[in-house]
Parts: sequence; C-alpha cells; structure tokens
Amino acid sequence: MHRILEKHVLTEGVTELVIEDPRIARKRKAGQFVIVKMTEMGERIPLTIADADPDKGTITLIFQTVGKSTDQMSKLPVGFELMDVVGPLGKPTHVDKFGTVVCVGGGIGVAPVHPIARAMKDAGNHVISIIGARTQSLLIMEDRMKAACNELLISTDDGSYGYHGFVTGVLQQVVDRGTKIDLVVAIGPVPMMSNLCKLTKTLNLKTLVSLNPIMVDGTGMCGACRVTVGGKTKFVCVDGPEFDGHEVDFVELMKRQRAYLPQERTAWDRFKARHVGAKKEVAADGA
Amino acid sequence: MAREKIPRQAMPEQKPEIRRHNFYEVPFGYSPELAQIEASRCITCKKPKCVEGCPVEIDIPGFIALIKEGQFEAAARKIKETNALPAVCGRVCPQEEQCEALCVIGVKDQPVAIGRLERFAADWEREKGTVEIPEIPPPTGKKIAVVGSGPAGLVVAGDLALMGHKVTIFEALHKPGGVLVYGIPEFRLPKAIVLSEVEYVKSLGVELLCDMVIGRVITVDELLEEESFDAVFLGTGAGLPYFMNIPGENLNGVYSANEYLTRSNLMKAYSFPEADTPMIESKRVAVLGGGNVAMDSARTALRLGAEEVNIVYRRSRNEMPARIEEIHHAEEEGVIFNLLTNPTRFIGDEEGWVTGMELLKMELGEPDASGRRRPVPIEGSEYIMDVDTVVVAIGNGANPLVPQTTEGLETNKWGNILAHPESGMTSKPRVWAGGDIVIGAATVILAMGAGKYAARSIHNYLTNGGPWNWKEEPKTEKAEV
Repeated sequence: MHRILEKHVLTEGVTELVIEDPRIARKRKAGQFVIVKMTEMGERIPLTIADADPDKGTITLIFQTVGKSTDQMSKLPVGFELMDVVGPLGKPTHVDKFGTVVCVGGGIGVAPVHPIARAMKDAGNHVISIIGARTQSLLIMEDRMKAACNELLISTDDGSYGYHGFVTGVLQQVVDRGTKIDLVVAIGPVPMMSNLCKLTKTLNLKTLVSLNPIMVDGTGMCGACRVTVGGKTKFVCVDGPEFDGHEVDFVELMKRQRAYLPQERTAWDRFKARHVGAKKEVAADGA
Repeated sequence: MAREKIPRQAMPEQKPEIRRHNFYEVPFGYSPELAQIEASRCITCKKPKCVEGCPVEIDIPGFIALIKEGQFEAAARKIKETNALPAVCGRVCPQEEQCEALCVIGVKDQPVAIGRLERFAADWEREKGTVEIPEIPPPTGKKIAVVGSGPAGLVVAGDLALMGHKVTIFEALHKPGGVLVYGIPEFRLPKAIVLSEVEYVKSLGVELLCDMVIGRVITVDELLEEESFDAVFLGTGAGLPYFMNIPGENLNGVYSANEYLTRSNLMKAYSFPEADTPMIESKRVAVLGGGNVAMDSARTALRLGAEEVNIVYRRSRNEMPARIEEIHHAEEEGVIFNLLTNPTRFIGDEEGWVTGMELLKMELGEPDASGRRRPVPIEGSEYIMDVDTVVVAIGNGANPLVPQTTEGLETNKWGNILAHPESGMTSKPRVWAGGDIVIGAATVILAMGAGKYAARSIHNYLTNGGPWNWKEEPKTEKAEV
C-alpha cells in the first residue's frame, strides 16, 4: 500500500508522485484531499488529490517544496512506501451544470484546480481556465489543463509567457470581452485568492476558493485548521476545504499559516544539513 | 476474628519537582509486597458491593484474593475474564466514584485500593508473566466491522472475537487506541501499555486497519452492503472540540485541548525536531476548563517547558469534573488554579498571536440543570491575564462525519447517535453504537461498559436473530462541563 509508482519533477521545486492506493483512487472526487505521513516520526501533511486512476488504483499528488516534509517527500525514490496515506478527506466540490465556469489556478494551485476543471467540463459546463505563475518556467500542467477545459488562458508575473501580470488581470479581460460567467473557482496562494475575491466581489461573481491551512488530524478532531467564514468559525477539514471566497477572512488565514514559521525553518535547516551527502545519490538516480 | 488495622497503601511516585519536567509515568506502581499488603485489607465480602460499581463487572474480591495468595498472573486473568484492558483501567478509571466508592472498608476507613491492585496485576502479567490467549470457539462465519479503536471499539472487538466472530476494526488515525493514544498523556498512561493491550486484542484474531476514515473511504452502508459485514459497531468517540465562541479565539496560540494533546501525545511534538510535528514554545499558559482533559493539558504544558500554567474554571473546586487525584497531581506540580473565573475575550497582537485574555470573576448562584450551582458573573470584575498560549478544554461534541454519511442513523440535537442504553442498537438495523459518540464526552470505563453490552447484543442478534428493538427511552443526556 501507498507505494510510489512514478515520480516527475514538473518544475523547480514542484514534484508529482503517482501513488498506489486503490481504495482512495476509487472513492475520491474532485476537491478532496489526503493526509500523508511519510515515516514513523513524520508529520501529517494535507495534499489535494490532483488526479486519480480507479482502474490502475493510483492517485496523483503534486506538491511544492516549502519545508522539511515536502523537501523530504520530493527526495523519496520510486518504490518507496509511504507509511500513511489517509483519505479521501474533505467535502467534494459541488459539481453541477452552472453554465460558464472559470477555474483559476495560481502557482501550485493549478494542481488542485485541475480535477475540478475537468469535473466541471464533464458536467457540461463551458470551462475557461486561467493559470498563472511567476515566470514561464514555473508554470505547471499546461497541457493537462488545456485538455481539462474549453479555453486556457495564461499569465506570468514577469510577462515571459501569456498575459503580463496576475490572474486577476486575465479574469478582468474575460469579463471585459463580454463573457457571462456563472461561477469562479480559485485556488492558489492566499494573497492571490484574496485579491481575486476582491475583484469578483465587485463584479458580483460567485467565487469558490479551496483553503490550505495547517492541519493535524484532518478529520474534524483537532480544530487546527479553523478559519472564519462569514463571521463563523469553520473547520476546513470537515466543513471545507471549499468555501464562498467572499466570506473568508483571508487576513486571519494568512496569519494562522505562519504560526510555526520559526519551527519550520529549524526543521528544514536541520534536514538540509543532514542531507548534503544524500543529495548526490538522489541526483545520480536521475530522480 | 480481630483484624489488624492496615492503612491503605500509597503508591510510590515521582516527586513533583522532578516529574513536571519529564513525560514518564507519575506513579511507579505497587511492588509485590505492597500489593499483597493492600490486598490483605480486602475482607472478600460474600455479596461484594464493589462489583456493583464496576461498569464491566470485574470479580473484584476474586482477583484480590489471588493477589493475596501471590498468584499475580492468575489475578490478571481473573480480571481479563470481563475486562480486556486492565492496565488501562487500573490507571484511568475514576475508581473513587465506582468500585472504591462502594467498598465496605471505606465506610469507616479508606477503601481498598482496587484500582492500584488492578494495575499491579495487569502490569505483572505484561512484564513478568506470559499473556495467555484464551481458547477461541470455532468460527461462526459472521463478520463485524468496528469503527474506531478507542476503549469501546477494543472491547467490542475483543469480546466478539472471543465468541468466534470475525472482527475488523477501522481506525481513522495512523495509530490504534483512540483517546488512549491521542488524548491521555504518556505520564498518565504510557503508550507502550496501550499498544500491548491492542496487540492482545489482535492476538484474538481481530483485524485492525488504520488510516481508514469511515464515512469517507467507505460508508457504513457500504460496509453492510458491499463489504458484506453482518453488523457494524460505531465507537467513533467525541471527536469535535468545543470552543468558547468569544472574540479572538482564532488567534495563534489558542488551541483546542484535542489539538494540543494530539500534537504532544500522538505526534510526539515534545521531541521536535526529532519528530516533525512542531509545538509553539510557551511561557505563560492558560487552560480553560476543569475536567481531566484540562488537567492533562496543564500538566503537559509544564512538561513542554512553560514557566507558568493557569487553570481557568468558571465554577468552584467542588464542581470540577476532574478526578481528585488529577487535580492533586496538577497542584503538586505547580499548576495555578483560577476558580470562579471565566474568559470573555482573547487579546492579540498585530501578527495574530494571543497576548492576553480578559477574565470575569464569577460567583455561585442557584443550581442548574446539572445539579451544580450555576456560576453568575460579578459585574465590573474584569481583569486581564497575560498569556502566550491558551488551551480550550471545555469538552467535545460528536463528530458529524458518520451520521452525515449514513442513511437512517438518528442523532439528538447535539449530534450524538441515538442508541438503546442496554443494547447499543441504533435506529438503523444491524448498526450498534456506544461510548462517547452516544453519551457525550465521558470516561474510558463507561465506553468499555457500553462496548460490553453492545458485544452481547450483537452476538445475540447474529446468533438468534429477532426483532430490532432499539427504541426504549434512549439515553441522550449530555455531560456538561
């Protein structure tokens, strides 16, 4: 169980793992996530399921190296068995025939938006996807996103590819050209989701966001992942991960995500110091 | 026959000033000599009152007599005839309200230390003896799914396995034991003991699957229909932390007790960075609540290096639901008790960290629904307590995951599953429930008692069939903190 069957580096710091887990592969729906605990002393990290193949019994996880655990996971070889994978967790995306749905993915947020775009398209919606990155080389999953929607629009912060600017600028263009939008789904870094929601609020466009706070158990037991939505406390793991973006307190979310920054730095520095020797071997593996 | 008056034997334990800096278990347990002296205080009543106080009906005079004779392994086996988890119960049961409260010796003297003797016998068997696997009857061909591997689930699984049924336990977390592992700290219940009790249940032929969140990866209906289980027992526990619902509660540094204890106990955050899960470094900690979980949180905070730990409780000491022993241990270790005090809001800095808490003094008024005198705020008594960490330990509600995803499973207005108080039968045929998910956050032993009744009922139903009689004034009152 939980064996890594494939591993791909999508861009610098972004890794894709295909993992054996027939039960989750069969059961998961767009918008759901898993919790991975790599080793005995590992932490439980929530990761959105980017794709699944029920026939092969596999799920796909795409993640960015942002600290010790993700760094370690990006260095695991094919064939490694993850100690624990729990899921599918969270409520699935409410997929229906809405009309025109715009799916926005910023940075690593393209990975979780991908299954939602495809599910929306399969449900008969006209899906326009907007994906963005800092620069062209960091843009991920362009081909897969193209296949998952009717129209794909791209932005880069530095203008190296596609629209020069942020995903919000592209969304404004879509509105300006007269496209009637029934639903926006946005996933990415908190500042991106926050800014996009400000824009869609002025445009009066219903917007769903998928949140990625700190979690521990992921089953509603601990409350580490609580966010304020519409003035009420919600648990992202069981009430979400998707919420009405116009109701989310993004400022609080951002502060809560930073709660363990000093410890995260300590852990990562320690891991990097220990991993100097091992690094070469992994590189030699061609991983 | 004149009986020499022997005092109740104390259990040797770590000194407070030492133990507040480590996670090792506080008491060392009885030596064989102490155990035999204590056992000799039992007068082996013909009609023992103590047994009436035991939710799992242990033959208390029977096992104590065996200790008296020095037959320690036999004593452990005597307990195990009705209690699969004696090492756990000997540690965390509120004996002072159950067996020991009814002990006749206790009328004029202190009662026989039944809990300490139970613990001694179980530890002896585990450490010095050979754990005997009882004979298992031939397979009945019936399959039972047990959801949750906490005290209720382990008892149901163990009992049904001993009746020849095939049992599979589904645990949501990565380790079995439920609250015994994520909730109760190492210094009160060493995890190695829980693990060995779980291993014992597995040795009876029970299959245990971790990382399985029922309701998500498999629903209860799928267990019954697609996975061909004949019965399902729901022992999912009280897994939804209550918060105060006052301003500032989502500031960094404010934890639920579940999160605080889970990080420390289950995820071993006390050994960060050896373990990957971090914990914030606290200097001044406030724990809200007066139950065992509050005491566990406060004492954990001390061991994690906090300089000052405050319990903040809105009623007085008499109303505290925690065991006296736990309150006493916490006090000895230096936890400060702020009684008749209730927080009204949390204060934070620009970075979103809690820095203080506004408290309001209370006084006791008329008794409320729980029979305890209701705390009433004293106007104008607000003051600020500086804190960098707050642990909210005011109780747990029912996790909605299973009821939400199960067709036809009735709950009360708090989300607890409705179940027959004696059989554990629910509104959904072939589904039983017991423990905290039914009665609200309570004790390990009550959950085990519910597990015992449910196992009997499941066995009867699967063997003899019969009508589905679940509705007989189901017990649904909620424990208030």
